[in-house]
Amino acid sequence: METSLKMDVPVQHSLLDSTNQNIISRPIDRVEGPLKVSGQARYAAEFKLPGMAHGVLVGAQIGKGSVARIDAGGVEAMAGVLGVVTDFDLFLRNSAQGMATEAPCQGVREIAYFGQPIALVVATTFEQARHAAQALEVTYEKGEGRFDFDAEQGKAQPKDSTLSSQGDIDAALAQAHGRVDGVWTTPSQTSAAMEPHASLAHWEGDSLVLYGSYQMLSTNRMQLADALGLDIEKVRIRAHYVGGGFGAKLGIAAESVAAALAAKALGRPVRVVMTRQQVFETTVRRSNTRQRVRLAADTDGRLTAVAHETLTANLDGEDFSEPVSAATKFLYGGANRTFGNEIVRMDQVLSGSMRAPGEAVGMLALEGAMDELAEKLGLDPVELRLRNLPDRHPGSDLPFSSRSLAECLTIGARDFGWPRRNRQPAATLDGEWWIGLGMAAAARSNMLIKSSARVSLQPDGRALVETDMTDIGTGTYTVLAQITAELLGLRVEDVAVHLGDTTFPPASGSGGSFGAASAGSSVYLACEKLREAIAGQLGGDVDTLVLSDGMARMGNISVPLADLDTGPLDATATIEPGETGENFVQAAFGAHFAEVGVNAHTGEVRVRRMESTFAAGRILNEKTATSQCYGGIVFGIGGALTEEMIHDTRHGAIVNRDLAEYHLPVNADVPQLKVRFLEERDHAANPLLAKGIGELGISGAGAALANAVYNACGVRVRDFPITLDKLIADLPDLP
Amino acid sequence: MQMTLAINGADHALDVDPRTSLLDVLRDHLDLTGSKKGCDHGQCGACTVLLNGRRINSCLTLAVMHEGDEIVTIEGLGTPDALSPLQAAFVAHDGYQCGYCTPGQICSATAMLAEIKAGWPSHVSDDLEGAPELSAAEISERMSGNICRCSAYPNIVDAIADVGRDRS
Ligand code: FES
Ligand code: FES
Repeated sequence: METSLKMDVPVQHSLLDSTNQNIISRPIDRVEGPLKVSGQARYAAEFKLPGMAHGVLVGAQIGKGSVARIDAGGVEAMAGVLGVVTDFDLFLRNSAQGMATEAPCQGVREIAYFGQPIALVVATTFEQARHAAQALEVTYEKGEGRFDFDAEQGKAQPKDSTLSSQGDIDAALAQAHGRVDGVWTTPSQTSAAMEPHASLAHWEGDSLVLYGSYQMLSTNRMQLADALGLDIEKVRIRAHYVGGGFGAKLGIAAESVAAALAAKALGRPVRVVMTRQQVFETTVRRSNTRQRVRLAADTDGRLTAVAHETLTANLDGEDFSEPVSAATKFLYGGANRTFGNEIVRMDQVLSGSMRAPGEAVGMLALEGAMDELAEKLGLDPVELRLRNLPDRHPGSDLPFSSRSLAECLTIGARDFGWPRRNRQPAATLDGEWWIGLGMAAAARSNMLIKSSARVSLQPDGRALVETDMTDIGTGTYTVLAQITAELLGLRVEDVAVHLGDTTFPPASGSGGSFGAASAGSSVYLACEKLREAIAGQLGGDVDTLVLSDGMARMGNISVPLADLDTGPLDATATIEPGETGENFVQAAFGAHFAEVGVNAHTGEVRVRRMESTFAAGRILNEKTATSQCYGGIVFGIGGALTEEMIHDTRHGAIVNRDLAEYHLPVNADVPQLKVRFLEERDHAANPLLAKGIGELGISGAGAALANAVYNACGVRVRDFPITLDKLIADLPDLP
Repeated sequence: MQMTLAINGADHALDVDPRTSLLDVLRDHLDLTGSKKGCDHGQCGACTVLLNGRRINSCLTLAVMHEGDEIVTIEGLGTPDALSPLQAAFVAHDGYQCGYCTPGQICSATAMLAEIKAGWPSHVSDDLEGAPELSAAEISERMSGNICRCSAYPNIVDAIADVGRDRS
């Protein structure tokens, strides 16, 4: 059976609100948990095939120019070396952008950025390949590169599709009672998923099977097939467990094509795992940004103008520009509005989507500016936000599908003890620490992406879910099992979920916070179809069918699911976005409250307490949802206080391309966070009435910290991350 | 090079390239892929194993240095059907997301609880002599060699605190 739904009108009633298995939303343990904690879950680089060889990528040691010659002779004579594989036309120059349906930029003779992969050295063992890769002799023609953003920013070009304007910003600013006009800067950042990119390629005749570490298999498959000139049916990607992605694995990266070409050339399976340094140098980064935000307000503290204009960087030919003002467009009112991005062309590794592209760094500027405005107006920052929540989208005039932001702000403030905050900066000392409180709103657009799944009822009464969806730590295995169990009246243990294989129906993939809702909706629709078929077998109306505890009941009939005719009993379903995506503003919302300490002598910032309240429609599993929010919030801590990827302005290399020098938050940097969800349903979003949460936590989190730093010590830093060197000169004297 | 490694209570005869790290022997030669490689440079903790009861980064040591040592990996701590107390606590508290740093976290936590029990102080201990408490601050400090980009830190701390409390 097949079924599909295009979201053209809101779903008035979700079956999940009337079934009685009582498993949806419950904080159950991850179903794959025992495999993960015992080391039995296998990630891409952990599959082994007979005859498998090891490949190590060689990256360019110049930042711009071309490869004059690769002298493979010496290396090929080294022990164990099977070959030096390169293809100046087919090797990937850049990673693919998320959701691209074609190959990314190919061709590696020209060097577009430092570290760009140019060859693959393959040997019998990893040790041999690593040694030989280091010894490979490459001669370059050096070119002139653009490595200094400050020097290049004058040549920025507008990205036309991002430009919008209404009213007269300058006039509104001139007449304002209170105004802010400032520039915020954020550095390059990297996703740094703990599992490095890895591909194991092998050919079965003229078909490729690739074990990869990717987030969106159905489009990754298209990218890979296109890159290799294959029909899509000839490519199979498997990714059963993925060690994090955060955007860096949305599109295929260089190791995939290199492994596939080498496996073909050598006639044996080839595994290529990037070194951590290569993950930094050659996958994808979040662009640095330079954001100008202007806000104007009247005497009532109501916004009259909102402008958010941004410079981002990218390689020639790459169109992506961090959509920094994504949430600024609808979060607060104000009649006069201007938005737009310009791209500065740089010879640095690809810029693309990293967790919450847009809001992650855009909210640092917007919510920092709101804090400054509140101070100028003499208003409480929570009150300023509450006064400026628009009834409808201030630009398009569309209604919100659901928005519990006011509740998040007020409940969050109350629980945190916000009213006790001293508005005066640098007023509270605890030993040698200045203590401050800060807050910020959170908002992240909600999306639905076409997604398919097959659900079948097995002869033993258990259910099987199959889709090429991935679980990158997002809880997919668990929430899909919960949705199925709820709708078919089964225990979670009686639902098997098979993911991460392109032989299954194509799913949305994991990205943009749309994974759980999109893949989950396809599973919902398939289960709905199965419920109809079961009702048919019992000879009655599906509205009178009750499925629970493995039994189908209708009137006075009661049949174990295992006794149904299951030969076969399956449904393949597809959810598609439709008009509700165009007729409503859909977003998840929240509010962060933070307490920091700033060391009075050193300027070191410590996060002491952080509480966040979110509303994101139905929460599918409270436990995994909370973890997703923790993850986002800690990304926010990193972005605010520690993370900064630095390119050398002279030759373009990344200076801190490892985990010792690129500072991810560690356990000691993170207090025991508190996350709370408010009850909400979003009828325009999807049949689950759920919205995405994977990126909501990061939105605004860093701004709450920056605002708390100001409240603590009276120093405003608009240049992220807020490291101690930016505070120390202006710290107040101890009393 | 011919050698024997004692891993999870069993002896393994190996013929290894002397350049092979202990981590790569585990993952590539013995198919003990529970120990993860996140950086290969001692910077992330994903490869943590127990060497004679102490936690080490197995990417930072060569296999040939460990003949005669007792090595325990995540596979030796428990199995899906018989989880160790820490493994079970990580499941119950959702002390992970993607699971890639998790075996390293659990091996590290196993040894860390023993270090606290043995009275080893840390940077956040008030007193270098007295018995350290099992506070969230102590756990966070002592677990900061294990990076989790999914940032399950609050749950990791809760999971370890639970097991530590039961032990003391
Ligand atoms: S892999 Fe050993 S510390 Fe990262
Ligand atoms: S669980 Fe993903 S890195 Fe820790």
